[in-house]
Amino acid sequence: MLSREQIAQRIALEVKDGYCVNLGIGIPTLVANYIPKNMYVMLQSENGLLGMGPFPKESDIDADLINAGKQTITTTPGASFFSSADSFAMIRGGHIDLTVLGAMQVDQEGNIANWMIPGKMVKGMGGAMDLVAGAKRVVVAMQHMDKSGVSKLMKKCDLPFTGLKCVHRIVSDLGVIDIGDNEFILREFAPGHTAEEVKKATGGNMRIADDVKEMKVN
Amino acid sequence: MANSKVYPNAMKALEDVKDNMTLLVGGFGLCGIPETSIQALKEIGAKNLTIVSNNCGIDDFGLGILLKNKQIKKMMSSYVGENAEFAKQLLSGELEVELIPQGTLAERLRAGGAGIPAFFTPTGVGTEVADGKEIRQFEGRDYVLEKAIKGDVAIVRAWKGDKFGNLIFRKTARNFNPMIATAGKITVAEVEELVEVGTLDPDQIHTPGVFIQRIFQAKQEKRIEFKTISQ
Repeated sequence: MLSREQIAQRIALEVKDGYCVNLGIGIPTLVANYIPKNMYVMLQSENGLLGMGPFPKESDIDADLINAGKQTITTTPGASFFSSADSFAMIRGGHIDLTVLGAMQVDQEGNIANWMIPGKMVKGMGGAMDLVAGAKRVVVAMQHMDKSGVSKLMKKCDLPFTGLKCVHRIVSDLGVIDIGDNEFILREFAPGHTAEEVKKATGGNMRIADDVKEMKVN
Repeated sequence: MANSKVYPNAMKALEDVKDNMTLLVGGFGLCGIPETSIQALKEIGAKNLTIVSNNCGIDDFGLGILLKNKQIKKMMSSYVGENAEFAKQLLSGELEVELIPQGTLAERLRAGGAGIPAFFTPTGVGTEVADGKEIRQFEGRDYVLEKAIKGDVAIVRAWKGDKFGNLIFRKTARNFNPMIATAGKITVAEVEELVEVGTLDPDQIHTPGVFIQRIFQAKQEKRIEFKTISQ
């Protein structure tokens, strides 16, 4: 099984030179650490920044400069600030090349559930519903199974949806999985596992791609 | 003439806030919130407020202090996770909440200020957010009808403002402030630095003064929610 860092490392391969990318909270945030330095990639933070840099040095902390996780950050050369309406024009209008977010469940139709569990305190969807509705490509970083071994890749999500038919690819701790025509397609399996094992660990229908291969991670 | 918009402090600028009003409040997390105005609202004590703001502060800062003081009847926000008091009042039924996707919230406020009563968005189609709302197809895709939001009083925080109400925001403290500034019957701007008309470069104005009815200068604490540093 892949570590959180290895999932992030694999997702970084989805990022292309020139992309504008929105990374969600959790594993998606770690993806930034693995984007090659020679690539020109602009990270978008939906609170109003395109061109997000690393955390600041103590002396550079600025209360007026935070990311969507409310953490202090910096900017990169070429950065811009804008209002929330402009930010979501970018997102909803299809100007963001890739969004990476976490999920509680994804199903074989590409539906995603990641914002609420009925009966538990619901904190809100933040920008997630807009991101899955509007980004050109939606990649989900998630654990393949829950703690009791039940697959989070399902035939149909049973938690409330965040968006319908919007997920393109999942990178889990067990593999790289695309959403096909009402089925999961296994593209890569994690080192130390087989394609059959990943299929067995998946709740929905899974087809193993003819050219399935072992994932390359450090 | 321009001086008629200038108020000495938050208490004076907000003295018309009454029970049961709808207030629009700028900011994202604790960044760019009109913190002095929020303190003043606590002093004024108006109750049963509906507050439209992306978040609800933390327990002892920002909108959290109005929550603690039981002045809020309903919150309309995209994310309310940083606040223990929020969960308590929600579970006990004292507080109502309408959770709105962040982009939809921004656009509903923009629409409210721009004379657009409603609009169709793809965000939330097929989710609980779209329950009971009109769905219409355009070019083969489903969209949900969302309505504009307007407020009795809108309160924003800017970096610099002049006496006509022209505003410049700073970095990510801009966030929801420009839309909120347009959507209030009365809009109050709290600025870090109030300058004479003619001082600000017209090319750099983010919010033109026409949207602002009252302005005052106030020192900001600018509390940081999560201080993260690189080694």
